[in-house]
Amino acid sequence: MATITELTRESGALDLDRIRADFPILGIRPRGKRLVYLDSAATSQKPRQVIDALTRYYEEENGNIHRGVHYLSELATIRYDETREAVRRFIKARSTNEVVFTRNTTESINLVASSFGQAFVKAGDEIVVSYMEHHSNIVPWQLMAGRTGAVIRAVPVTDIGELDLDAYESLLNSRTKLVALSWVSNALGTINPVRRIVEIAHARGIPVLLDGAQAAPHLPIDVQSVGCDFLAFSGHKMLGPTGVGVLYARDDWFDRLPPYQGGGDMIETVAIEQTTYAKAPSKFEAGTPNIGSVVAFRAAIEYLEHTTLEAISLHEHTLLAEATERVGALRGIRLIGTAPSKAGVLSFTMDGVHPHDIATILDQQGVAIRAGHHCTQPLMTRFGCGATARASFYLYNTMEDVNALVEGLERVREVFT
Amino acid sequence: MDLGALYEEVILDHNRSPRNWGEIPGARHIEGRNPLCGDKISLDVLVDGDVVSDIKFTGEGCAISKASASMMTQAIKGKTREEADRIFEGFHDLVTGKAAGATPDKSLGSLRAFAGVARFPTRVKCATMAWHALREALAREGTELRADS
Repeated sequence: MATITELTRESGALDLDRIRADFPILGIRPRGKRLVYLDSAATSQKPRQVIDALTRYYEEENGNIHRGVHYLSELATIRYDETREAVRRFIKARSTNEVVFTRNTTESINLVASSFGQAFVKAGDEIVVSYMEHHSNIVPWQLMAGRTGAVIRAVPVTDIGELDLDAYESLLNSRTKLVALSWVSNALGTINPVRRIVEIAHARGIPVLLDGAQAAPHLPIDVQSVGCDFLAFSGHKMLGPTGVGVLYARDDWFDRLPPYQGGGDMIETVAIEQTTYAKAPSKFEAGTPNIGSVVAFRAAIEYLEHTTLEAISLHEHTLLAEATERVGALRGIRLIGTAPSKAGVLSFTMDGVHPHDIATILDQQGVAIRAGHHCTQPLMTRFGCGATARASFYLYNTMEDVNALVEGLERVREVFT
Repeated sequence: MDLGALYEEVILDHNRSPRNWGEIPGARHIEGRNPLCGDKISLDVLVDGDVVSDIKFTGEGCAISKASASMMTQAIKGKTREEADRIFEGFHDLVTGKAAGATPDKSLGSLRAFAGVARFPTRVKCATMAWHALREALAREGTELRADS
């Protein structure tokens, strides 16, 4: 196993052999074939360092946090809060009080939709999303709109898969209470100009939530520089365990929002008549959280930091450029999402072959891709297709993986002549 | 693995040129959906007494779901409700592997081409989507037409 400081060569290029050796799952042979994992946008694989941290936690450190005075409770509390500090550093937040742990991006967005809606939204107010949002950045707002009488407005998407910024600007008005947009599109790979998006909204005094689920694994993040009010992302897409999400909220937002769930650990004093709440972040972490996974999540963050997001994103671009050119050159392929600024996602359709059939035939060759609507049905409708095939790349993918994808697609053509 | 076991030639043929494609004005109309993948089928069924006198479909889906719907319409047209139920059961057992080991029911005819689906558990729903829509259509005897699901 490589020590994580050795993962980038002096040239700045990733040392792929060492990285791949850190991911035990890459050694399995599905259906007797080499595993070609091109579905990291759904969930990433986990390095040995994260798996070891999870095991170590349960073997040597397990206790409930913020409760006991004994050795294990104290240790678990320290480990849990160390991850909070690691997250703060990773996204360059000012304070750990701006970082709340949730189950995943979806829960982070639901928290804001619920608490922000309760405190600040009334009938006739507007929430701005876009046609490229994941359902998890649409449905929570619809539920909130159902409770408050607010209206959802959506920013259109251009033919190459970018947000129409002029339309975005013209959607904003005095009734707009919040903008909720994705940083990177999960279905298209488009990297949205988030700093500009925030500037436009802030010029009108409108707060912005960014869905960072596909950004945090791939791009260096600086929340102070971007200026967003809220940022939501998931640990499992960035080498961490499942069951850990993050909600970042700038400055005093967590003080201004009412609690999302009630329970243990989020209170100051409780009487039957009335309860006073703890300060953030505890105020938004009711009940025993996923301590083990939060603790192991730190190993994932450190792995990314040592490898550097810059090197990872460069590597993904190399793979994406090659895959785009070679897949795009195949007969009957239509690429969905061709923006110049993209993370490692290649979405496409093939004439006369449904994406599910593509995925099944690739799977028989050990190549794992996603096929379907990617929880972005409004976007699929926008591009006039019910579904796409999606290959997504991460730090452990190689040119050999791109070759396997292209060869697999040629085989699809043979079956469906 | 032998992909031919899944993508039999007759399935690819029905995928390319689905039979009984279209709508029947005034017929019982059912929509089936697979929420996981967004695939859908729109099925029109005309029942005359106890007999399925006409049946057509349109929709969007993979080769398995489209061919299954197409071949279903051929198998069901002209059959009684009871016969249709029996074919449904036979087909369901075939694609879920319950008929494994047994000689496939001869009465299933060309539908036996779907035997390979049983080895692809993630694709069983594709093969059965149209059939569940048919079941719903036939169960709605006596209720008014044009129910959307």
